[in-house]
Amino acid sequence: MNNVAAIFKKQLKDTLKNKTVLIQFLMFPVLTLIMNRSVRIDGMPEHFFVKMFATMYIGMAPLTSIAAIIAEEKEKNTLRVLLMSNVKPYEYLLGIGSYIWAACMLGALVICASSDYNAREALIFMTIMAFGILASLLIGAAVGIFSKTQMMATSITVPVMMIFSFLPMLSMFNSTIAKIAKFVWSEQISRLLEQINTRQFGISSIGIVLINMLVFAALFAAAYQKRGLE
Amino acid sequence: MNHALTAENLSIGFAGRQVLEHVTFEVQEGEIFGLLGPSGAGKTTLIKILTGRLFQEDGHARLLGKDTEELGASEYGQIGVMMDDFGLYERMSAYDNLSFYAELYHVPKSRIDDILGRMGLYDARRRAVSKLSKGMRNRLSLARALMNHAKLLFLDEPTSGLDPVTTRDMHAVLTEQKKKGTTIFLTTHNMYEAQSLCDRVALLSGGRIIECGKPADICKKYNYLNRFQITLKNGNVVTLDNNSGSAIPIKEYLEQDAIETIHSTEPTLESVFIELTGKGLHSYE
Repeated sequence: MNNVAAIFKKQLKDTLKNKTVLIQFLMFPVLTLIMNRSVRIDGMPEHFFVKMFATMYIGMAPLTSIAAIIAEEKEKNTLRVLLMSNVKPYEYLLGIGSYIWAACMLGALVICASSDYNAREALIFMTIMAFGILASLLIGAAVGIFSKTQMMATSITVPVMMIFSFLPMLSMFNSTIAKIAKFVWSEQISRLLEQINTRQFGISSIGIVLINMLVFAALFAAAYQKRGLE
Repeated sequence: MNHALTAENLSIGFAGRQVLEHVTFEVQEGEIFGLLGPSGAGKTTLIKILTGRLFQEDGHARLLGKDTEELGASEYGQIGVMMDDFGLYERMSAYDNLSFYAELYHVPKSRIDDILGRMGLYDARRRAVSKLSKGMRNRLSLARALMNHAKLLFLDEPTSGLDPVTTRDMHAVLTEQKKKGTTIFLTTHNMYEAQSLCDRVALLSGGRIIECGKPADICKKYNYLNRFQITLKNGNVVTLDNNSGSAIPIKEYLEQDAIETIHSTEPTLESVFIELTGKGLHSYE
């Protein structure tokens, strides 16, 4: 676990100087804070900005940041040196993954704090976010491992991120998209967030999120088997 | 003497191209062993196999007595690696880069300043790696490889593209490490570096070891001509056989004070390489 902690700390130091990744962590929490406090429209659903930006946040930040970090480490050969320095692949992935998960959970906490959820609702919100971020991390790690360069990672993550982030919003306006979107984890996360107030969570939503996570884990395993970490 | 590294009949190919073919050699503990070859000869692939990052298709390799396909924490804790592209975290400072590896190797933080001082990087320790010159990055990369008091160092073209002063400093550090008993395996296409630094060298071409031994012995082996080359003060160049028959003309030139320079014409590693392969060490395969 020492190596995992060292990688976690290294990534923290590196991120503070990496504007591309830093902006991913900060953009939606800051946007939620600003919009939630400054925009009030009659008839706007409760926690509208919180739910919308939270869904976008989990669809974008973990996915793009883990893919970018892994692809950069592969491209610049820092990962190769690391693996020759007594670091096992699972330790590296755990270190990077746990760091991004923790950073995104902090962002989720800021989004949550900008709402007026009570303690119980806030706990449910954070639990949903924790699973959403984990699913996003799995698909992002698969992209990062599959990509040989940062450029390749970006060209894959952009469309994937757009689909996952905007599908829940687009499904509100188009019934055909809604029919497809219901099988996607980000749409179900969005629905679960909608259900926080009613506290009547659909088992099917949780099931679809878990199935999505299994599919992403399988994709991750396939990418790892094909490309490895170097 | 024990072997720090052994390679027996190592072979590997990628995409239908044979990169290494029956590569066999051993590196003794405490020696500097140089692997010479042009770019694309398979040097980095060989380092990957010897460090357990790639598995050969055929043959066996052992590092510190252990099969390279079974290397674990104990072996990785005893090696230091310097790759040709450094593998440093560019946004982080020189100090933070070493601090990270100190943590991975469980080395006290006090060693970081010691080693930065030894490599002449102490004043630049807070500077981001991206702001360091190539020579400084090179030294930092070597500093990282030395962090864990490695028993065996792998250096992939450690002085490639460096100015002569930095190259000399790097050689001094490596010689110092050798005196401490560290085994060094380095790849290079710098003939001078191999000749002056290495106890033994192997010449790699087209994935095969075409010659292996002490640099002086290799040069001696291919010294068929055994001649002197005399450059006279009038600009003429005279070549004489290295035997008693040349004593009289040389004596005459000396008496006339006509000699500008006099050299024996033994081959260099580069000329041996060219003779064996038809290509130079700086050519691309």
